[in-house]
Amino acid sequence: MALSLMEGNEAIARGAVAAGCRFFAGYPITPATTILNHMLAMLPPLGGVCIQGEDEIASIGFCLGASMAGMKVMTATSGPGISLYSEQISFAIGGEIPIVIVDIQRLGPSTGSATRGADGDVQFLQWGNSGGMPVIVLAPADVEDCFRLTVQAFNLAEQYRCPVFIASNKEIAMTRASVDPERLKAEIVIDRAAPGPGQEFLPFQTHAGEMVPAFLPIGGGRLVRQTSSTHGPDGYITTDPAEITRQLVRMQAKITTAADRLAMVEHCPAESADTLLVTYGVTSRSALAAVCELKASGTPVSLLVLKTLWPVPEAAIRQAAINARRVLVVEMNQGQYVREVERVLPGKAVQFCGQMDGRLITPETIREAILHG
Amino acid sequence: MDSLLNAARPPVFCPGCSHERITHTLDKAFQAMDLDGQRIAMVSDIGCSGLFDTFFNTHALHGLHGRALTYAAGLKLARPELTVVVTMGDGGQGIGGAHLLAACRRNLDMTLLVLNNFNFGMTGGQYSATTPPDAEVGSGFLNRLERPLDVCSVAKAAGAPYVVRCSAYRSDIADVIRRAVEFKGFSVVDIWGICPGRFSKRNRLTTKGIEEMLSRLPPFDGEVAENQRREFGAHYRELAAAQKPVPPPAAVIAQFDPVSIERQEVILLGSAGQRVITAGEILCLAGLYAGLNTTQKNDYDITVLRGPSISEMTLSLQAIDYTGISRPSIVVALGPEGVARRRKMFAGLDETCTVIQAAGVDIPACRAQIHRVDFKDQGFKGTDWALASLGALAKLGRVVRPEMLEAAITSRLRGDILAGALDIVRRVEPSERI
Ligand code: SF4
Repeated sequence: MALSLMEGNEAIARGAVAAGCRFFAGYPITPATTILNHMLAMLPPLGGVCIQGEDEIASIGFCLGASMAGMKVMTATSGPGISLYSEQISFAIGGEIPIVIVDIQRLGPSTGSATRGADGDVQFLQWGNSGGMPVIVLAPADVEDCFRLTVQAFNLAEQYRCPVFIASNKEIAMTRASVDPERLKAEIVIDRAAPGPGQEFLPFQTHAGEMVPAFLPIGGGRLVRQTSSTHGPDGYITTDPAEITRQLVRMQAKITTAADRLAMVEHCPAESADTLLVTYGVTSRSALAAVCELKASGTPVSLLVLKTLWPVPEAAIRQAAINARRVLVVEMNQGQYVREVERVLPGKAVQFCGQMDGRLITPETIREAILHG
Repeated sequence: MDSLLNAARPPVFCPGCSHERITHTLDKAFQAMDLDGQRIAMVSDIGCSGLFDTFFNTHALHGLHGRALTYAAGLKLARPELTVVVTMGDGGQGIGGAHLLAACRRNLDMTLLVLNNFNFGMTGGQYSATTPPDAEVGSGFLNRLERPLDVCSVAKAAGAPYVVRCSAYRSDIADVIRRAVEFKGFSVVDIWGICPGRFSKRNRLTTKGIEEMLSRLPPFDGEVAENQRREFGAHYRELAAAQKPVPPPAAVIAQFDPVSIERQEVILLGSAGQRVITAGEILCLAGLYAGLNTTQKNDYDITVLRGPSISEMTLSLQAIDYTGISRPSIVVALGPEGVARRRKMFAGLDETCTVIQAAGVDIPACRAQIHRVDFKDQGFKGTDWALASLGALAKLGRVVRPEMLEAAITSRLRGDILAGALDIVRRVEPSERI
């Protein structure tokens, strides 16, 4: 078997290109900058566009314009940039504009530490939009995931016409790892759906049984309107409460009713295990090491690794926790996703093991929490 | 060509609002250009000027306050054939100032109409970036403290190749707009008008008054000679087409037996500028040549040429989960900053660990096997110590074999640098254990 050496950010860039992304705009920020570098090397020779914006607000704005013109688009930043994206993220949600947004998380709050990792944005990504609408957030654990989940993020953004986040971490993004290049292939590539032949078209119209409006690009043969204002199916402002409700309920339901289909998890149940570890991102690798060591020393522990963070894979969490006496949520922050797990598992003993000091959580820390927590 | 005005959605501005006049004027300009609606995208933002996109049978994108130029740039880059017209008020121009500057510098072929009426109409007549200090507006005394912005002088200074400042009441305004839209590049038209709903309720402002104000400012009436240059989009596409495609990731096929199949953890402790990260990458590549999984995790400060530079490598036949270093098999001490950052680690090292200590770099006492190497004495520059330390490890038979290392160097480096690097790893002499 041949192996390549690659950092997570390169895998994200390669995944994006494989998924059909031909427009990227970003503003330099450690630890996301190398995505911009890789996209700048890859897109222009493919006839694509890669732009460095004057700031983060512009970078995502370029992407929204290009997406409305029909291109598959991506931008990448870190926590401070997500803050600046926030208003545009709300626009992408309300305007149902497909876009992949990569957050290479670093230690916060605020500018924090540029070269230290954390998973401190996992609630922010979900709730950083005005209106509190649901979003899709995927969390890679390693380089291969970076590629695979980026392809998936594009497919979902196109299918559901919404922003899809990749919640990576400096520790995956800028850590090089050996990877089998044969596994970095986009097996399925999905494009946003145009209206069927002869089908009536309005920019935000759904037909019976549909949750997602068909898409036509700005600049094509039929006039298209896009707006950040509260709108009806025709893309004009509406003040009709019934129409507003129809649109917003549909926008919410297109994500929430798909939660089970969107749920990607890896479940490693251990027979007669007392404890279920729930974790995600780079921390899941320490958790796996801890679980293997404990298994060798005669303490079986079950492990649930979440690749989809939002919508919360509730059914998968419930299913994995059925036989657990205790659930231990391990994450690189001061206790964010543990709230979701507590919400999903009322009555279960849910414990938290976290750390936000710029260092990886070690397998030893997790083992200690399991044995003596 | 027929009017592009949307008969079903007539303008809804206050009676006498200059925006209404500009709406009809813009329609006339489109007609004169013989453009049909499918070839035009109207891009607008927030405020009364943000209603523009709804009045026309064209493509339309209405977005956030001050950000219209950002969407317009994305549309134009994605669809160069589109005619893109942006409307923005003096409010949007103020909040989106960075985008105006960047758009002027960039020079994409599109048109910005600044509908300048010296206040925020929609939110209650607050002062904007263009409100005169002596005006009575909805922001108390605050506008008295700030100087109004000369949009056109700023646009010119930022590199806009086409700038017009004019009154909304100029008789040939449709022609002014048409010429701006037809210009192949970024054109800015700063159109001064009256907001009877807010501004002129408290301030006397007539069309004649606007002419007088304009006459006191430097005139702008089209092409700015010193800013003429290539349009961004066409230039971008030309340069992009000349770029070389990126090859697929280089894949390494195992050619050698690994030194060990146990998990090996190697840490290079150096200082910025010692090429520690490159040496770490080469060690990982060497691992691939022996069929090992490898990871490289780096730790450095945000400054580039100062501070510690640390690279942590794991080599293992098994898949690597945790990428941190807990029990290093090899520690290479190359610079005091790196050693200082990981000072605590030394106490935990045992006899199974090998330390390569560069002469002149102090390390805390530890139980590891220490090999002191005088890189300087052996004639190596500071920038080559990290690579030389890999050569020393290969000669000691730790972690890497000479043939693994040379294969990695050969795959990573080219030309004279390659020859120099091979010479370094062949020439270095690891000292006896001390
Ligand atoms: S508030 Fe002023 S700018 Fe707005 S519509 Fe009325 S007159 Fe025009």
